[in-house]
Amino acid sequence: MPKHEILSEEEKKELLERLKIQEKQLPKILDSDPVIKKINAKAGDVIKITRNSPTAGKSIYYRLVISK
Amino acid sequence: MMLPPKYIKEIEKYAEKKKLTEKKKQKIIEKIESLYKRFVYDPEEPIGIVTAQSLSEPATQMTMRTYHFAGTAGIQVTLGLPRMIEIFDARKEPKTPTMTIYLKKDYQDIEKVKRVAEEIKEIKMKDIVLSTTIDLTELWIKCKLDTNKMKEYNIDIEKLPKKIRIRGIETKIENNNILKVVYKKDDIRGLYKLKYSLLESHIKGIKGVSQVVVNKEQDEWVISTLGSNLKKVFNIEGIDPTRTTCNNIFEIYDVLGIEAARNTIVEQAKFTMEEQGLDVDIRYIMLLADLMTVDGEIKAIGRYGISGQKTSVLVRASFEETKKHFVNASVKGERDKLKGAIENIMMNQVAPIGTGAFELVGSIPKTKKAEKTKSEKPKKTEKTKSKKAKKAESKKKTKTKKS
Repeated sequence: MPKHEILSEEEKKELLERLKIQEKQLPKILDSDPVIKKINAKAGDVIKITRNSPTAGKSIYYRLVISK
Repeated sequence: MMLPPKYIKEIEKYAEKKKLTEKKKQKIIEKIESLYKRFVYDPEEPIGIVTAQSLSEPATQMTMRTYHFAGTAGIQVTLGLPRMIEIFDARKEPKTPTMTIYLKKDYQDIEKVKRVAEEIKEIKMKDIVLSTTIDLTELWIKCKLDTNKMKEYNIDIEKLPKKIRIRGIETKIENNNILKVVYKKDDIRGLYKLKYSLLESHIKGIKGVSQVVVNKEQDEWVISTLGSNLKKVFNIEGIDPTRTTCNNIFEIYDVLGIEAARNTIVEQAKFTMEEQGLDVDIRYIMLLADLMTVDGEIKAIGRYGISGQKTSVLVRASFEETKKHFVNASVKGERDKLKGAIENIMMNQVAPIGTGAFELVGSIPKTKKAEKTKSEKPKKTEKTKSKKAKKAESKKKTKTKKS
């Protein structure tokens, strides 16, 4: 399972600025997800996921926590 | 643009091996970077269509040459096209759920592995019973137990009666190898039913795991099972929860989350393709898996999943069930904003693919007239103009970034 981290408010702002997108355009992750429960993230947080990619070695993905 | 870390690592390894100078290494990186750039998809290139073609062409091949295996040590699993359909349709239960269980380092001993495997395998009453006799007048069932098998499975005969959880019965052990079950109700038909539920009752192991095979995989013992229940396996001592997986994507999703489920989709699809001797670039499968998991849930590809949930009416109608979508849309009064590729192709307009996705943005050349107005109201016009230009520019940039 890849590593999940919660972004701080500043990091989140910086990310959205850098990608020039809005929060809702990010891929989603449900707050009922076992990993989200484990790291105590709340709806509205942005999760940074560091994947082990077979092509790039490491790739970073972001997901927005939403409640269903 | 930067090279992916994997390539840089490989270059560094090579440089170290050949003892290259820093200058030469930098030169190699530059050269590879320029090569890499040539193979990267351009912004707004319709990779979805390329993906669909790259995956469906070999899938067509697959239907024509499905091999069958016989006699291999292991477990028979659904493979080939049926399995591909299972994965991409996001079926809740695969036809043959399996688990691959890895063990911790201090459990790499055949005896210990066997013990773990025993703990996992489900044992029902019928596995340890030799024969049963029914007495209809006294209303009891006697089960002759296979003591050798019970020893093999490590079942204590004294504890056996407690493990049978059926209402309205009384259990006793006689002669150390006979289990007597007395039925409390006066019902002969019920007695026959009782016999079946008695033989099917769960004694030991994990429910649903019907077969367990221990294999050696590159100096390591691996247990593969037919039937899966990850949650319970994770509680067993000695197994390595970081590597143990199963092929039921929804189970992974429930236990480990959406990211793990995405990885499983990629792995399973790649495995199925490779097993059939087909070579599809993993990037296409990754794109597909990303698409299936983008909303935090696993969505199927097809009518009930991604294609059926698109925002545009015309796109949905063009895929399947045309009438249904048009009727529903007209009842609801849906609007189509004609933003996607398919809608615009239908309308005979420039579709937002490739160069069609971009519009020219430029500052308006300053004419004498404009300068005049500028001098009249110098501050306001300048500000609004630059704001507009900025907005347009940022829009263009997001489009490029997205792709």
